Amino acid sequence: MAHSEQEILAGLGEIIEEIVGTEPSEVTPEKSFVDDLDIDSLSMVEIAVAAQDKFGVEIPDDRLKDLKTVQDVINFIQK
Amino acid sequence: MFNVPSTPGGAAIRSFGEFQPSNVVTNADLEQRVETNDEWIQSRVGIKERRIAGPEDTVVSMAVAAGGKALASGGMSPEDIDLVIVATCTVQDQIPNAAASVAARLGITAPGAFDVNAACAGFCYALGVAADAVRAGSARNVLVIGSEKLSDWVDWQDRSTCVIFADGAGAAVVSASEEHGIGPVVWGSSGDRADKIFLREGKYLYQEGQAVFRWTTTELYKVALEALERAGVQPSELTAFVPHQANLRIVESIARKLGAPQALVARDIVTAGNTSSASIPLALSRMVGRGELPSGSIVLTLGFGAGLVYAAQVIRVP
Repeated sequence: MAHSEQEILAGLGEIIEEIVGTEPSEVTPEKSFVDDLDIDSLSMVEIAVAAQDKFGVEIPDDRLKDLKTVQDVINFIQK
Repeated sequence: MFNVPSTPGGAAIRSFGEFQPSNVVTNADLEQRVETNDEWIQSRVGIKERRIAGPEDTVVSMAVAAGGKALASGGMSPEDIDLVIVATCTVQDQIPNAAASVAARLGITAPGAFDVNAACAGFCYALGVAADAVRAGSARNVLVIGSEKLSDWVDWQDRSTCVIFADGAGAAVVSASEEHGIGPVVWGSSGDRADKIFLREGKYLYQEGQAVFRWTTTELYKVALEALERAGVQPSELTAFVPHQANLRIVESIARKLGAPQALVARDIVTAGNTSSASIPLALSRMVGRGELPSGSIVLTLGFGAGLVYAAQVIRVP
């Protein structure tokens, strides 16, 4: 099932709020997880697990290092 | 066909004991060695300080110290013990085993004695075997010890691992009991993921942090819940959850999934670091010592580590 970019962005906003407490409005496509959202490597795993539950797309650990921005995750889920 | 003991009784923990080396290494101390800082270490692994053994402390000597305290605390004489099990994965010499030396140094004459290597799950494995031995009549009183000197196997230039691992020992005496004070052990392994935690160059502990984090935080709560179910214990009945002290974020993540918000969660890692198979008995002994686990408390343990291996059971605090 394909998800729209808006749906994924909104979903990621909810996930990130739950995991690190960031306001969903702060989660915009150009944001870097590490530099802008203060999300570390372990929180990225939690986001990947939650995104898998929400969107049904597995994000393996060896791909996490390539997902630097919110847009990267959106693209990964949409591809 | 053969004569076997007909002692279908229970097994229970009689007492605990612990030993920690005196040398405290703080995060500030580690800042002098590698590029790291207190905030980074606390936010990633939850550790403020850990104990690191000197040359005088070995796996055997620390096991003797913890085991001796468990015997004394339980009012046991060396001659009462007929089986000694040492869980460890950090002995320098594979031969001879640690358990026989530990027994001899405690004055325990000619007990059964063997080591268990189930990495950080070692204590739960050893406790499961000890309980089965007592329930089957193969032993009356078993001294179970987790003892680790991880500092011997750490690359002190590697900031991703040297901030985590530490040294220490914890012990329990398991004795025959009318009631079952140790629930069925739920254990398992996943050897297809042996490459997630191993000794790099045969010398230095290495782990794939993200893979280990994903495994521990998504799969292991099911093992813990199965241990509760097998023992007939509801999550709401738990006094405490004492998992392997791997990383505070892993501990808290698993705890949140148990449906036991009233349970005290062991956070011994904050001041003890990750001591592998010693972490669970060390935490239990320290919590009992602080009066946090009154007699009769029901505690869920969960060990997990390199292998990958895991084991869980519920215990009643003596």
